[in-house]
Amino acid sequence: MSDLLDDFMVRAILAAVGTALACGALGCFVVWRRMAYFGDATAHAAILGVALALLFSVSIPLGVLIVALAMGLLVGALSSTTTTPDSLLGVLSHGALAIGLVAVSLMPNARVDLDSYLFGDILVVSKVDLLVIWGGAAVVCAVLAWRWQALLAEILSNDLAYASGLNPRRDRMLLTLLIAAVVAVSIKVVGALLITAMLIIPAAAARLIARGPEGMAVWATVIGVVAAVGGLYGAREFGTPAGPSIICFATAIFCLASAFGQFRRA
Amino acid sequence: MPLIDAQDIEISHGATRAVFGVSLSIEAGEIVTIVGPNGSGKSTLLRALIGAIPVSKGAIKRAPNLRVGYVPQKLHVDPTLPMTVRRFLNLPRRVGGQAVRSALARTGVQDLEKRQISKLSGGQLQRVLLARAILNDPQVLVLDEATQGLDQPGSADFYHLIEALRDEIGCAVLMVSHELHVVMSATDRVICLNGHICCEGTPAVVTATEAYRELFGTGTGGALALYRHDHDHAHSDGEACAHDHNHPHEHEAAE
Repeated sequence: MSDLLDDFMVRAILAAVGTALACGALGCFVVWRRMAYFGDATAHAAILGVALALLFSVSIPLGVLIVALAMGLLVGALSSTTTTPDSLLGVLSHGALAIGLVAVSLMPNARVDLDSYLFGDILVVSKVDLLVIWGGAAVVCAVLAWRWQALLAEILSNDLAYASGLNPRRDRMLLTLLIAAVVAVSIKVVGALLITAMLIIPAAAARLIARGPEGMAVWATVIGVVAAVGGLYGAREFGTPAGPSIICFATAIFCLASAFGQFRRA
Repeated sequence: MPLIDAQDIEISHGATRAVFGVSLSIEAGEIVTIVGPNGSGKSTLLRALIGAIPVSKGAIKRAPNLRVGYVPQKLHVDPTLPMTVRRFLNLPRRVGGQAVRSALARTGVQDLEKRQISKLSGGQLQRVLLARAILNDPQVLVLDEATQGLDQPGSADFYHLIEALRDEIGCAVLMVSHELHVVMSATDRVICLNGHICCEGTPAVVTATEAYRELFGTGTGGALALYRHDHDHAHSDGEACAHDHNHPHEHEAAE
C-alpha cells in the first residue's frame, strides 16, 4: 500500500476523490440555500489564511480553516442584519482575496508559490495532505448525515423548523463550519478560486437527474468523483493544470445532464 | 395549565415595536382567532408564540414538550431542491409511508403523495402543509393566514376541515386572519390585534337572513361567522396611540 502511495498519480487521484466526497452532499446545501457567493467569500479568504499560516508558522490547512471560518461567521453575522447581502458578499469576497494576495506578497523571505494556492497543486500532494483531505471528507459527511433531516427541514422553512423544536441558527453555524472545512481540505486540489465550482457544479448537474434530496446528494458525489478522476487523466493526457481540468470535466457532465433533462421532459 | 401563556410581551424589529403589551393564553382544545389589518403584528406574534423569534420584553411559557403543528402562511420551496410530498412529510422526523398516507387522506390530498412539492398549486400546498402539521398529533394547531388566496367556499371548506380535525385530535387551534370581521364560526375567542390587543370577544353565529347570505355567499355551510367590533375607543391610560382604530367595517354596509 505504501508503495502504491509513493506514486504521485495515485496520491493525486486519492486527493481528488477525497475532495469530491467532501464536496458532493455539502455542495447540494450550497445550491439549495443559495450560498454560492458565500462559498466564494469563504474560499477567497483562504489566501489570507495561507499568508497568516506562513507568518505564524502553523500548518496551512489549519490557517486556512481558521480564516475561512472567521470569514464565514462574519458573513453570517452581517447578512442577518442587512437586506441586500449580495453586494456585501461581493465586497467581502473580493476584498478578502485582494488582502490575501497582498499579504502573501509581503511575506518576508518566504518564497510562496501563489499559483498553487489559487489553482491547486494536486501533483505535489503528500501523504499527510491525503490524511487531511480524507479526514476532512469523513468529518463533513458524518456531520451532514447526523444533521441531515434537520438541515433539510430548515431549508424549507425556518418557522417550521422552530415549531418542530429545531434550532436553525445553530445548524446554519454548522454549515458555515463545514464549508470552511471543505475550503481547507480542497485548496490543495482545486485551489481557492475554483472551490465553489467543485461544490456547485456537481450539485447543479445532479439536480437535473434526481427526484429527491438524498438522490441529489448521491448523484452530486458520484458526478464529483467521476469529474475528479476524468479531469486528472485529462490533465495528464493534455498537460493541462489539474484543478481547472477537473472543473472542466464537471462542467461537461453538467451540460450532458442538462441535455438529458431536456430530453426527458420532452 | 394553558398550553401557551404569553405575559405582557413586546416584540421589536430593530427600533420599531411590532407587538407590545400583549398577554394571551391558549387553553387545551379551544379555537382562538387573531384578526387584524396588514402590518398589525399578527404573524410576528404567532412566530414568537411558536418560538421562532425572540421577545424583547415579557415572557412566553409553553407547556413542557408541547407538540405544535404549524401551518405557515407560505412555503417557498427553492426549485433547486427536489422533494416529493411524501419526503416532505417525513421532515424533520421520519414517520413512514403509512402515517404520510393517512395524514394526506385526512386533509383530502392523498393523490399528491408522489408529486414534487415545488409544482403544487397554492390550495394543494395548503392542505399538504396541514397534513404535515397533524402528523405529530399536535396539542395545538397554529395556522398563519390559512385561507389567504382561497375564495369564500374554499375558506368555508378549509374551516370545516380544521374543525373536523380539531374534533378528531382534540387539539387547540390558534389561527391568524387578515379578515377583520369574518372568522371561522367554531372560534371560541377572537382577538383583534393592532400592535396591542384592541379587543377580545366571541363571534356571532351567522344567521340565515337575506343580508348575511348575500354577504357570505351560499354554500358555506355555516363555517363562517361574524365578529362585530368597532374601535372608537380611547385609551383610558391616556397613552398616545399611533395606530388607526377605525379600520373599514365591510359588514355594516350589508346590514
